[in-house]
Amino acid sequence: MSEVLVLIDHVAGSVRKPTFELLTIAKRLGSPSAVFIGSPEHVEGVVEQVREYGADKLYPIDDAGLRDYLVAPKAEALQQLAAGRDVAAILLPSSAENKEIAGRLAVKLQSGLITDAVDVAADGTTTQSVFAGGYSVTARVTKGTPIITVKPNSAAPEASPGSGIIEHVDVTISEGAKTAVVEKREPRQSTGRPELTEAAIVVSGGRGTNGDFAEVERLADALGAAVGASRAAVDSGWIPYAFQVGQTGKTVSPRLYVANGISGAIQHRAGMQTSKTIVAVNKDAEAPIFAIADFGVVGDLDTVLPALTAEVARRKG
Amino acid sequence: MNIVVCVKHVPDAGADRRFEADHTVDRVDVDGLLSELDEYAVEQALRIKESRDGDDAVVIALTVGPEQAVDAVRKALQMGADKAVHVLDDAVAGSDAIATSLVLAKAVEKLGPVDLVVGGLASTDAGMSVLPSMLAERLGLPQLTGASSVEASGGALRIERDTDTATEVVSATLPLVLSVTDRSGEARYPSFKGIMAAKKKPLDTWSLADIGVEADQVGLSAAWSTVTETVARPPRTAGEIVTDEDGSGAAALAEFLTAEKFI
Repeated sequence: MSEVLVLIDHVAGSVRKPTFELLTIAKRLGSPSAVFIGSPEHVEGVVEQVREYGADKLYPIDDAGLRDYLVAPKAEALQQLAAGRDVAAILLPSSAENKEIAGRLAVKLQSGLITDAVDVAADGTTTQSVFAGGYSVTARVTKGTPIITVKPNSAAPEASPGSGIIEHVDVTISEGAKTAVVEKREPRQSTGRPELTEAAIVVSGGRGTNGDFAEVERLADALGAAVGASRAAVDSGWIPYAFQVGQTGKTVSPRLYVANGISGAIQHRAGMQTSKTIVAVNKDAEAPIFAIADFGVVGDLDTVLPALTAEVARRKG
Repeated sequence: MNIVVCVKHVPDAGADRRFEADHTVDRVDVDGLLSELDEYAVEQALRIKESRDGDDAVVIALTVGPEQAVDAVRKALQMGADKAVHVLDDAVAGSDAIATSLVLAKAVEKLGPVDLVVGGLASTDAGMSVLPSMLAERLGLPQLTGASSVEASGGALRIERDTDTATEVVSATLPLVLSVTDRSGEARYPSFKGIMAAKKKPLDTWSLADIGVEADQVGLSAAWSTVTETVARPPRTAGEIVTDEDGSGAAALAEFLTAEKFI
């Protein structure tokens, strides 16, 4: 059976949920082979995590010679890994960096590329959501090895243990790939909440918070949700850019999206419109967000949010 | 110093965007404009030029697309670009990102030697965000992508960028490919003077033959992926909206969340 390469998304060896989703998708296409670009000391832990979700192989690639450079070395490593192997497809979690790796890889492998898939069928047909969720597009790669980046929450991870055989590979990184030098990398401080793009529930705040995100955060914690924000809130300096949902921020597709004091401009909708359920709280009854909300409350955030948080806590017992 | 800024003409996100029968984006019957995120690329190209006092830096706006796409480079000229190139060829219609990157790379080579190629974070229509890295790959150049701030010093650039998990400072020496986000600096509006001056700036139209690309390397039939279906989703419809006049709004919302099994 052909291999399906899955690039592992991890933080210091801790594998993130989108990777498990991709392994589940990979099983439809062939035999999942996980690719770990990271430190050798994490390999044992990583193989345990990915085997659980169906990885038959793990290719560890020591990132010592890669991590201080942008994108290009990882694309070279994947190219060398794919060459000479019977690879049915290469799947990457849809992050900004991975899309860039995929772009370089597509040129290198002379292969078709599909980005931001929300589903991949057994025959390789992908589904994408485009034009701010207005259209659903199905497509297929017709040349080379299909390279597909897949959005978080595109599949429910299924535990189904694979063989998990570690196969070491040697890659040689060219000097030309080491030209964009990472001088400094400051890991973002963990908020202790779920990661925004992976979360099942996202609670967001916008201009209507008037800069006070405390109630938004309390509601998020009561629901076990991630915190998000509109561009207006980020531009006002109320919350860091990492929390921005929208066309130029994160794209989220949670089961529940709670928009608080967010008007719902198209740039914001582009980042959250594929959420399964949308609820909105806004004091402006005319806010466009209400047109796409499954449930809406026209009211003051200062009264609605604390009451809602208390009610959620009470019902959860 | 030659700075090329790649810009895209896209259907207006506020208009009724749609697909044609062959599943390509309707770029003719829907009002278009310079992709908003490319304005920031033009802005950074101009700022880098302006920072190089005494150096006769030239900013060249480059686009590929149908006739209307010329509006994208015109806007760049109005903002302050010095000249523009529009690659216009019927064979280009339906090209995927791979073919588009080939056309852009060949056009950049014809413009060469080029010190800096600048692009936006993503187009507002396809939104793949892959063109800058594909261009860097084809041109054999370093990429500094997703910059939230840009600092030029001598023959090098240093950017700050936000990844999903970290903030990074990345540097490279010219020539290179740069892409910038909407956080890199507010894009300037064309002044009346700029609009008038733009009319006299050189604007060349090149065919595929002019840049050495064969017609069968591009277009819908040469694409490495094929779209099998485009379906308009039924627009989301508004659900129940309650007005919180007596403090009952929160309870009603909690009731909804419970019914939907979120609590």
